[in-house]
Amino acid sequence: MSNIDQVSVVVTGLGAITPLGGDVASTWSAMLAGRSGVQRLSEDWARSLPVRIAARAAADPATAIGRVQARRMDRCEQMALVAAREAWADAGEPAIDPWRLGVAVTSGIGGIGSTLAAYDTLREQGWQRISPYTVPMLMPNGSAGWISMEFGARAGAHALVSACASGAEAIGYAIDMIRSGRADVVLAGGTEAAIMPLNIGAFAVMRAMSTRNDEPERASRPFDKGRDGFVLGEGAGVLVLESAAHAAARGARVYAVAAGAGYSSDAYHIAHPAPDGAGVRHAVSAALASAGLRPSQVVHVNAHATSTPEGDAVEAQAIAAAFGDAAPGVVVSSTKSMTGHLLGGAGAIESVAAILALHERTAPPTINLDDLDDDVPVEIATKATPLAARDDGPMAVLNNAFGFGGANVSLAFIEPPLGSSESSGSVGAAGSGATGVAGAADSAGAAGSAVSPIGN
Amino acid sequence: MTDQEILAGLAEIIDEIAGVPADEVTPEKNFVEDLDIDSLSMVEIAVAAQDKFGVEIPDEQLKDLKTVQDVVNYVSKNS
Repeated sequence: MSNIDQVSVVVTGLGAITPLGGDVASTWSAMLAGRSGVQRLSEDWARSLPVRIAARAAADPATAIGRVQARRMDRCEQMALVAAREAWADAGEPAIDPWRLGVAVTSGIGGIGSTLAAYDTLREQGWQRISPYTVPMLMPNGSAGWISMEFGARAGAHALVSACASGAEAIGYAIDMIRSGRADVVLAGGTEAAIMPLNIGAFAVMRAMSTRNDEPERASRPFDKGRDGFVLGEGAGVLVLESAAHAAARGARVYAVAAGAGYSSDAYHIAHPAPDGAGVRHAVSAALASAGLRPSQVVHVNAHATSTPEGDAVEAQAIAAAFGDAAPGVVVSSTKSMTGHLLGGAGAIESVAAILALHERTAPPTINLDDLDDDVPVEIATKATPLAARDDGPMAVLNNAFGFGGANVSLAFIEPPLGSSESSGSVGAAGSGATGVAGAADSAGAAGSAVSPIGN
Repeated sequence: MTDQEILAGLAEIIDEIAGVPADEVTPEKNFVEDLDIDSLSMVEIAVAAQDKFGVEIPDEQLKDLKTVQDVVNYVSKNS
């Protein structure tokens, strides 16, 4: 089950556009500072909805794309392209045979804004006034197609869809593309732009969203007793994944080894997580096995935890079960407390966050955690928290992402071996040095990190 | 409407839809080869031209309109 005989895959570039910043550096420094990207929705349409808050992207992607190209692309595609450009530049624009360069960038929903606008046009003005680019704007693989054109990637442009696990699943698929020898470099990630009345109404009618409209910045509160649902966010994250041999040959900076992925499906309910958490536990254990990791090597988990009453506790219990005796000392964070839930973009921007946490040895906080849920038996970082090795092996982090349909994905990233071309420019304002870990009662004391009073 | 007015109106449409600067939209230019306009954008341009000039361009005509001058002539003849 280890990856010893497989092609090693490394992360050489990061790109993101999120509610916290228009790029990776601004997003990361806002995360470490514990800033919320959630705001009130001022649009008229929001008045009739029970949810009137969301986390919009901090920058307008259309500005970077340009007017003419932007009118042919859905907002989610624009954001994916912005993130891909940043990741590609960050990787040093690797010289690569087009047939060895792949794309795996997806979305949970696709171009819903374009779909709704085209439907309005159809009803009000007739079919001839619909944009001829409507189909490529609404299809979930539109982002992959645009990115393949931008970079001349001809090894395949893929878009696996698994609701809110999509972005993580795309990264897992990209790892497989390289491991199986189909490509040397793959742009991988996810995007979403779904802050629309239909989407908010549809999630709200499931009672899945926070209605804390009067306190937008405090609405997303994973693992807190007072959590009442997720806050919708938008944005995109893209990684450049590369075979270790290709990266070494060009002397690329390596952030991390993309060491493995674990998957499972709940086969329980189309939208509710299985209460026993067995699927999540299986995915986490499978990620560890796929990466050849001991649980004690894992220092940090960027949790899926969306701030729903149901999901957060199930995940925390599944993490504790998967790690067993090695659970105390794992620093768990939910950056959705700051970004909101980016649906198909979540697994991608949270992989960026997890990789930076490993690279900078600092876990971002979970904000708004005032009163830790009694059913959360893991340690949650409430402030930017230094990470240190827990055994003599290389440190590793996990990123979890789960989706409606019962999809569970866990990705494992390991610090690059010494002597690889890892170099280091610090990204953002890392290393604040503050420690804040809300420890569950039964694991407090066994923790490797200092346990401080709950709260931030 | 004079040919010059039709040309100016068409250039405005092409700038809006395809981002080709108006001064590059000259009569002899071929949409595909010179202005890099694909068939999807041509559909949009035809609909915008219909709104602007009040002249419908059916698909069977549209495929024969290869240059800027072809469109100007078609609009001029049918308006």
